[in-house]
Amino acid sequence: MTVDTLKDVEFGVDLPAFVPDTTLETVKTFAKLIGWGGARFSDHEAARKEGLPGAMVPGVLSQGYLVAMIHNWAPSAQIKAIDTIFRAPVIADDAHTITGVVTDIDEDNSVVEIDLTVVNEKGETRVFGTATVSFPS
Amino acid sequence: MDADIEDVREKFLNLDFDEKTFEVDPEVTIEYAKLCGETAERFLNKDHPDFQAPPTYIASLSGRRSLPENFPRFGIGMDAGKGVECLQPVRPGTTITGKTHLHDIYTKTGRSGRMIFVVTRLEFYDAEGKHLANSDSRMVMREKSK
Repeated sequence: MTVDTLKDVEFGVDLPAFVPDTTLETVKTFAKLIGWGGARFSDHEAARKEGLPGAMVPGVLSQGYLVAMIHNWAPSAQIKAIDTIFRAPVIADDAHTITGVVTDIDEDNSVVEIDLTVVNEKGETRVFGTATVSFPS
Repeated sequence: MDADIEDVREKFLNLDFDEKTFEVDPEVTIEYAKLCGETAERFLNKDHPDFQAPPTYIASLSGRRSLPENFPRFGIGMDAGKGVECLQPVRPGTTITGKTHLHDIYTKTGRSGRMIFVVTRLEFYDAEGKHLANSDSRMVMREKSK
């Protein structure tokens, strides 16, 4: 279900779950697009040699997933700010789910706050985020 | 706050130490939006009246340096997080300027010792000097044991 205006938003509501495309192919394409050519973003074996569990999703891509999730839920919403904490690597080709919950509604300014997490299959949180989002009044 | 951190704050905070221009290529911003999973037309369709780069696109742009010259090396730096503040849409097909300064320096002390957090902020402006957005990168340095 999508929302269009602030009136459609309820405090404490969960956003529809979002499954990001974390396939190595997508991660590799993204890293190349932004000029981050390191093997840690494109090759599981090379990443393991660097001590990582596998090729990792760039933090900015994880941040992009969070924003895409918000736009999928509220297409007309404008992101005013988003802050993310990279707690642990998001590994390419592992399945991840993004969850979001509305934690504050400022009706005077038509703004809501949303807490976001990227969680892997084991239920481990990899990324935390908080977004401030405005709605058309 | 520790005296050495007070000194570093006084010497380095809020002073621009880098400036760089960026061409905002529509093909890149559209691909960026698609790979993130965006479905809103204003990020995907060049002909949309409000066509714009996805909000976090600026977080992928880097200045020539992330710390000022002569900034003390407390330890190896690691990426602790990123923040984006959107003030105006970033329009593909334009050139924007990023100015970099240190926005905050603070510490946290745990069982393994002191960690120094440095927030580097890139402020983005359009050709008319309008402030469009800020991109913060938080770096954490675990202090070398003495």
